[in-house]
Amino acid sequence: MTAALQIEGLKKTYDNGFVALQGIDLTVEPGDFFALLGPNGAGKSTTIGIISSLVSKSAGKVSVHGVDIDQNFPLAKTHLGLVPQEFNFNVFEKVEDILTNQAGYYGIPRNDALRRTEHFLERLGLTEKRDTRARMLSGGMKRRLMIARALIHSPKLLILDEPTAGVDIEMRRSMYDFLREINAAGTTIILTTHYLEEAEALCRNMAIINHGKIVTNRSIKDLLRDLHKEVFLLDCAGQLDSGLNVPGFDLEVLDDHTVQVAIEKGQDLAEVFAALHQKNIAVVSMRNEANRLEQMFVNLLEQTA
Amino acid sequence: MNRYEQYVAFMTIMRKEIRRYLRIWSQTLLPSAITMSLYYVIFGNLIGSRIGTMGGFSYMEFVVPGLIMMAIVTNSYANVVASFFGAKFNNSVEELLVSPIPPYIILCGYVAGGVSRGILVAVIVTAVSLFFTRLPIYSPLLVILVVALTSILFSLLGFINAVFANTFDDINIVPTFVLTPLTYLGGVFYSLDLLPDFWAAVSQANPLVYVVSAFRFGMLGVSDVNIAFAIGMILLCVLAAFSYSLHLLRTGKRLRT
Repeated sequence: MTAALQIEGLKKTYDNGFVALQGIDLTVEPGDFFALLGPNGAGKSTTIGIISSLVSKSAGKVSVHGVDIDQNFPLAKTHLGLVPQEFNFNVFEKVEDILTNQAGYYGIPRNDALRRTEHFLERLGLTEKRDTRARMLSGGMKRRLMIARALIHSPKLLILDEPTAGVDIEMRRSMYDFLREINAAGTTIILTTHYLEEAEALCRNMAIINHGKIVTNRSIKDLLRDLHKEVFLLDCAGQLDSGLNVPGFDLEVLDDHTVQVAIEKGQDLAEVFAALHQKNIAVVSMRNEANRLEQMFVNLLEQTA
Repeated sequence: MNRYEQYVAFMTIMRKEIRRYLRIWSQTLLPSAITMSLYYVIFGNLIGSRIGTMGGFSYMEFVVPGLIMMAIVTNSYANVVASFFGAKFNNSVEELLVSPIPPYIILCGYVAGGVSRGILVAVIVTAVSLFFTRLPIYSPLLVILVVALTSILFSLLGFINAVFANTFDDINIVPTFVLTPLTYLGGVFYSLDLLPDFWAAVSQANPLVYVVSAFRFGMLGVSDVNIAFAIGMILLCVLAAFSYSLHLLRTGKRLRT
C-alpha cells in the first residue's frame, strides 16, 4: 500500500547556515493518526513547511500518497490539508468567505464550495459566525476555522501543527472527538503538539525529532512498554510513619498522607498494596507522578542531547 | 489542476480582490474622484482658461486624458501592492501557496483585480470630467488597448513592489518617490513640445510618456511620440514585468523560506 507520507533523507539548511534537518526518514501509513513530537526548534515546523511547499528543501525526497513533490507538487498538494501553528487567514474577511475562497483555490466550483462551506461550518460549530469577520472570533474558533479551511477540499492527509495551543479544555475535547471521527472515516492525520497527553490520547504512532534528526519512530504502545520505571503517588488514610518501607520497592514518604512508589519493570504494584494493607495503611487514591509519555520523551531527548 | 479548475481558481482570486476594494470604496474609489475633480477645477478651469490652447485643444481637453491615465496608473498599482502585501503581512498568502494553483493563475488573478479597479476608477473620473468639458474619442480601439495594457503593467509593477516590501512604508515609497514624479513629468499637464530639446529627449526615457501620449492620441488624435513605438514600449514593459513577476512567484523569492 502506498504510504500517506514518505520522507527520505530530507535535509534543510537555511540561508543563515542553520541546519534545521539533517536527513530525516519518515513513513506515515494511510489511515494513521501520527504524532510528530520534539522540543522547540527541533525541525517539526520545517518538515511540515517542506511538505506543504512553504519551505524549500535542501535535499531529500518527499511523497504524499505516492506523488513525489519534485515531480508533481500541485497534485501532491491536492492530497494535503494544512493547519499551521500561526493564524494565517485574512482577519478582515468573513468566516464564510475564507472557506469558499479556499475551496475555489482548489478548483472547486462555487456551488459545490458553498455546499462544503455549509457542511464544515456546521461540523465545526461555526454556523452562527458565518458572517463574522475572522478577527472577531475567539482563539478556539479561529483554530476551528483553520481546521475547516484545511478540510474544505477533502484532503487524504491532514497535518495539524499544534492545533490545540491556547484552546480551552472543553473545546480541546470536542476537537479531539472531531479529529478521531475524520480519522476513522479514512483521513490520515499527522499532529505536532507540545501536549504529550494529547499525542498519547489520539495517536497510534509517533516520531520524536530533535536537532533535525528522528530520535525514534514507533508505535506509542511500544514506546511506553520500554519505560523501565513508573512513579505513582499513593494518598493514604491515617498518619504515615516517615520510616515506612516495603522491602524490594523504592518508597518515599512525601508527607503525613502521601507516599511515592517507583515501580521498576517486572515489579508488581499489588505487592505494595498488600504490604501497606498488612501495616493497616489504607490507600484512598492513586495517581501517576508524571505523564508517562512525557517521562519517556525527556529520557529520549536526554539520550540524544 | 485542469483548465476548468484553473478558471475557477482565477475567478475566486479576482472576485476576492474586487470585493476587497468595493468593501473599502471610500479609500479606494472615492479619493480619485475627489482629487481629479480638484484637478479639473484648478488646472482645467481656473488656470487652464488663462493658458489657452495646447496641441490645438483647450487646456481642459488636453489635460483630461492625462488625468484619466494618472488615475488608472495609481489605482492599478495601489490595488495590487496593498492587497498582495497585506496577504504577505498577515500570512494569508500561504492559503494560495499551499494550494495547487499554478503561479501564473495567482498572478493573473491579482492583476485582474488591479485592472478592474483601474478601469472602474477611469470610468468614474471620465464621468466627472464630462461636467467640465466635452470628451472626443479619436480611436476607441486604441483607448481600450492603452487602458488595458497600462492597467496590466502597473498592476504587475505593484505586485513586484509587494513581493519586495517588508513594511507598509515600503509600499508607499515607490508611488511617492517614483510613480508620482514620473507621472507629473510624463506629459500629463503639458506637451513635450514645450520642453527644451535636452529635457524632451530625457523625457523619452520615462515610460509614463508613452502611456499618456498613446492614450491622449486615442482620445484627441494628437501625440508627443510615435504611437506604434509607444504601444511597442508599453507592450515590452508588460512582457518584462509579467516575466519577472512570474519568476518571483515560481521561485518563491521573499515568499517561501
